[in-house]
Amino acid sequence: MGKIIKTFNSSSLLVPFVSILLGLLTGAVFMLAGGYNPIAAYGSLINRIFSSPYNMGETIRAITPLIFTGIAVAFAFRTGLFNIGVEGQFMMGMTGATLVGVLADLPWFIHAPLAVITGAVFGGVWAAIAGYLKAARGVNEVISAIMLNWIALFLSNFLIVRFVVVEGQQKSKPIRESAMVKMDWLVQALDSARMHWGTVVALVCVVIFYLILWRTKLGYELRAVGLSPEAAHYAGMNVKRTMVKSMFISGLFAGLGGVFEMLGVFGYQTVMAATWGYGFDGIAVALLGGNTPVGVFLGAVLFGGLNYGSAGMSFGADVPPEVVRIVIGAIIFFVASHGIVKWMLKPFLMKRANNRKEAA
Amino acid sequence: MDRNKSVVQLKGITKRFGSFVANDAINLELKKGEIHALLGENGAGKSTLMNVLFGLYQPEEGEIWINGEKKIVDGASKAIELGIGMVHQHFKLVQPFTVAENIILGNEPKKGMNIDYKYANNKVREISERYRLKVDPEVRIQDITVGMQQRVEILKTLYRGAEIVIFDEPTAVLTVQEIEELIEIIRNLAAEGKSIIIITHKLKEVMSLANTVTVIRRGRVIRSLDIKETNENQLAELMVGRDVTFTVDKHKQEPGEVVLSVEDLQMKGEQGKLAVDGMTFHVRAGEVLGIAGVDGNGQSELIYGITGMRHISGGSVKLNGQDLTNHSPRQVSVAGVGHIPEDRHKHGLVLDFSVSENMILGSYFNKQFGSGGFIDYKAMDEFSQKLVNEFDVRGSGITAAARSLSGGNQQKAIIAREMNKNPDLLIAVQPTRGLDIGAIEYVHKRIVQARNEGKAILLVSFELDELYALSDRIAVMYEGRLMGEVDVEHRNDQQLGLLMSGNQAGEKE
Amino acid sequence: MQVLDIFGQLINITLVFSTALIFTALGGLFSERSGVINIGLEGLMVSGAFAAAVVTDYAIQAGMQGAAPWMGLMAAAIYGLLFSLLHAVSTITFRADQTVVGVVINIFSLGMAIYLTRSLYHGSGQTPTLQYVFSKFNIPVLSDIPFFGRAVFSAYPTTYIVIAIAAISYYLLFRTPFGLRLRAVGEHPSSADTVGISVTKYRYIGVMISGVFAGLGGATITLTTTSNFAHNTISGQGFIAIAAVIFGKWNPLGVVGAAVFFGFSQALRNFAQLFEFSKQIPTEFFYMLPYVLTLLVLVTGVGRGSAPSALGQPYDPARR
Repeated sequence: MGKIIKTFNSSSLLVPFVSILLGLLTGAVFMLAGGYNPIAAYGSLINRIFSSPYNMGETIRAITPLIFTGIAVAFAFRTGLFNIGVEGQFMMGMTGATLVGVLADLPWFIHAPLAVITGAVFGGVWAAIAGYLKAARGVNEVISAIMLNWIALFLSNFLIVRFVVVEGQQKSKPIRESAMVKMDWLVQALDSARMHWGTVVALVCVVIFYLILWRTKLGYELRAVGLSPEAAHYAGMNVKRTMVKSMFISGLFAGLGGVFEMLGVFGYQTVMAATWGYGFDGIAVALLGGNTPVGVFLGAVLFGGLNYGSAGMSFGADVPPEVVRIVIGAIIFFVASHGIVKWMLKPFLMKRANNRKEAA
Repeated sequence: MDRNKSVVQLKGITKRFGSFVANDAINLELKKGEIHALLGENGAGKSTLMNVLFGLYQPEEGEIWINGEKKIVDGASKAIELGIGMVHQHFKLVQPFTVAENIILGNEPKKGMNIDYKYANNKVREISERYRLKVDPEVRIQDITVGMQQRVEILKTLYRGAEIVIFDEPTAVLTVQEIEELIEIIRNLAAEGKSIIIITHKLKEVMSLANTVTVIRRGRVIRSLDIKETNENQLAELMVGRDVTFTVDKHKQEPGEVVLSVEDLQMKGEQGKLAVDGMTFHVRAGEVLGIAGVDGNGQSELIYGITGMRHISGGSVKLNGQDLTNHSPRQVSVAGVGHIPEDRHKHGLVLDFSVSENMILGSYFNKQFGSGGFIDYKAMDEFSQKLVNEFDVRGSGITAAARSLSGGNQQKAIIAREMNKNPDLLIAVQPTRGLDIGAIEYVHKRIVQARNEGKAILLVSFELDELYALSDRIAVMYEGRLMGEVDVEHRNDQQLGLLMSGNQAGEKE
Repeated sequence: MQVLDIFGQLINITLVFSTALIFTALGGLFSERSGVINIGLEGLMVSGAFAAAVVTDYAIQAGMQGAAPWMGLMAAAIYGLLFSLLHAVSTITFRADQTVVGVVINIFSLGMAIYLTRSLYHGSGQTPTLQYVFSKFNIPVLSDIPFFGRAVFSAYPTTYIVIAIAAISYYLLFRTPFGLRLRAVGEHPSSADTVGISVTKYRYIGVMISGVFAGLGGATITLTTTSNFAHNTISGQGFIAIAAVIFGKWNPLGVVGAAVFFGFSQALRNFAQLFEFSKQIPTEFFYMLPYVLTLLVLVTGVGRGSAPSALGQPYDPARR
């Protein structure tokens, strides 16, 4: 694990940048092979994002959950853990918020915060389970987290059906207004794009991510354990307990992602067949962003934009929007296999070095 | 058999790792049926040289001649083809496989598509009888003793028709009896016409087993001798040698109270042996106790046990009367123990943290560095800058990553941090490993200074010069036990060398 | 004999669900035995399921009937192999982190499969339902044994294939030089390296086998249960297969047993409504069952000590 941390936490911009290019190129190749026009396609994608206030607002709406999940994954990575369970923690966050949002009847200044906090804690606890299993029982955190993802899905479905379902339908009763966190004035200004306070909270979380890891003693411990568990042990830190704390905090972020999808966008929760995918996209965001606050933010913007704009590709160039999944997949493949990127770049880098030598 | 026939000739072998010269123009000749010992201290370059012969490393300069012909040995397969076999110090055995499976791996006898186990087992029995190496082919490696595992390593080479067999520190992990058996085995092999090279630092075995010995020090051949013309004492002196002696201002002083008290300490090691086998010693305030010994005799485990990093299975550790046995590393540190670890990269520093962040590694939780859970970076930087100035840690500043510092400066940073704790007991393990002369002098100065100020110092080192320069008392550790103490006033390298090699006769009265 | 009848059906359905798991788990077994962790099994199954659905469909359109699913099966093996090569090159040659690359393969495979589905089928999110898939094959005589015969000897061809492959895997791993060397590479690569065995070669083979087998596993799901491919055709089976490898202690026979055990928990889902007591339990808990069970199995730690010793560590000859 130490190796990934070192690689992905580097401030080197070259690998992510080249990976993005290669990813876009891969997407273009697939489109060409399918007889589509990649330029038109990418053009439609960009067009969709910027073409109207509504679209710009919705793009922001699409980016928001990725910021949360990206931070969740990045935070865990910083402490040497791979939080692949963000999908499940996201779900649990949704469910927690929905339950409080539907069942409780409180004035808004209590109801909304309570719903938010409940959802976040649901996510945090869910993540802490995987963390505990790893620390105390040495269970591989990837498999356990995937299992927990599916369990979260079905548990959420059960809780919705059991406590808040609308008779005869597969969805919950609507969340009370007192718990919703839409930004009505912005919604109106942007032609009914679904704007909500979660976006603000997401940005705050980016700052909190930075603050915890680089400004607190806890963060100091978390980073030490992530960079060098042996040195952390020598220094007297409790490596196991730190792992659980880290997963809990990571889960809080993931849960918040789910919370705001409920309280800011949808207002009700359905019984679902599968998790939403924001968790896995969060992994992509964290990888691309090098697990840094700014990187994660930019990565979320990029992938959120790609996801939202992809619908435009089918309108504008008749391309299935899923090509964007290929682009994203290819980008993170190259980021993960940074060795391949560096190997490809070797001739260029060496040539530059030689040119410099000759010029000198 | 022509005992004068040259089987292996290494001519001018030079091997570098970056700027470090591991082997420097080495010449060595091995004759048929000869048992040739390659003698030297840790890090002298013996293993590197043999890895070159076995094709695992490629030399930058020099030639290898086998049976009178120049050969390029570009890999283990080639070496095996040429009849060279290696019995590694860390056995290359697959634990869950049987003896036979390990021996035939890569050269499996086949019956159709299957492995012909019957043939394999029989062949192994046949070879093991022929060379008198008792093994049961059908037993798993994980179930047999270390001595038997080594025999399997030997059989691996014989199965492939090795005529030249290299043994790398073969007695490192054997019991006394197993050593005797091994000596018999090696003699038999030589009698059968095999040519043998033994890499070792153990004088007794060299004298009892070898025909010829080549002494290596710091990558260079010192001398090659016929065994009949030399003795243990001479070899000890050649091996250990004399180098630049650093004189440090160390006046005799009366030690104070007992600070560290270790009683009958036991710690489990690998392969079922005890790494620390009942050690008892004390260190007083204002004195340096140096622990001498060849690497791998339990020193690492001893220190991990005292500092709380590893579990102690028996005995006790007390600091100023307070029991610290099996306490956590933080408790030990807070109780007044400073630890300069043997591996500064793995334990001493978080390499990707800045120098400044590393300085508070053991004290970040104190109020001094922030309250309310936040880190006061200003306080941290002030603190670190002060230390960096005081201890002359040079680099690109306290915000640079610790990784970017040179080895010497990394070590200075660690020393600064640990000494600043003002510990009652300072533990230093290999404190000058890999450092240049200037850094070495500095470290020595600091250690003596701490001692003069009344601290108890426990020094573990593989450098005899260092031990003599710094210690008030020197104890020798061998196979997890204390062999005894030597007189610091009158340096006697032969005596020390003997004790380090397990020879009791070296102990002073 | 209603209870026995139901019991027989339960066994039969267990076999159906287990087949895909066994295929995939055996693939994971070979990869891990050579020392390479393959978290990407889920994505490889997706690729296999997708390839099987598409190629079978095209085969049917081209006029083949009974032979069509076999074409699909072969395509799945090849497509899975190709994806596994991505994993191999990245982790073996370029020594990237095996877990991260595995997750990336999962994301990438799913994206590819859905994109290609929409591309080939005019925007539809799933492939058309196949008319000709595998049907159960009754072994003559044996399948007429009351209750037991129907349960065990009447199964899809893929089930018979996987049993054969399991047996071959056992033989290959424990009786042939190939198996010995593969295992050595996963336990103690330097011991293989120092006798001239190429660690790289055997690890590539291990990963490629996992690609083929996991592809077949995914195809099995398409060709015997769902008859098409959609984004949720593969829902965690790849990961359960990894757990089966651990639970089965990296031995083909144990892995088969573990996979059947997990397959059983999936089969139980179909039987929830049949018994009075089980009707009281909310259906979601039956859906959860395979995953909860997998988690519990992992927590018990069974098998954890039996992992190939060099699993997950890229081999660097310079640091022998």
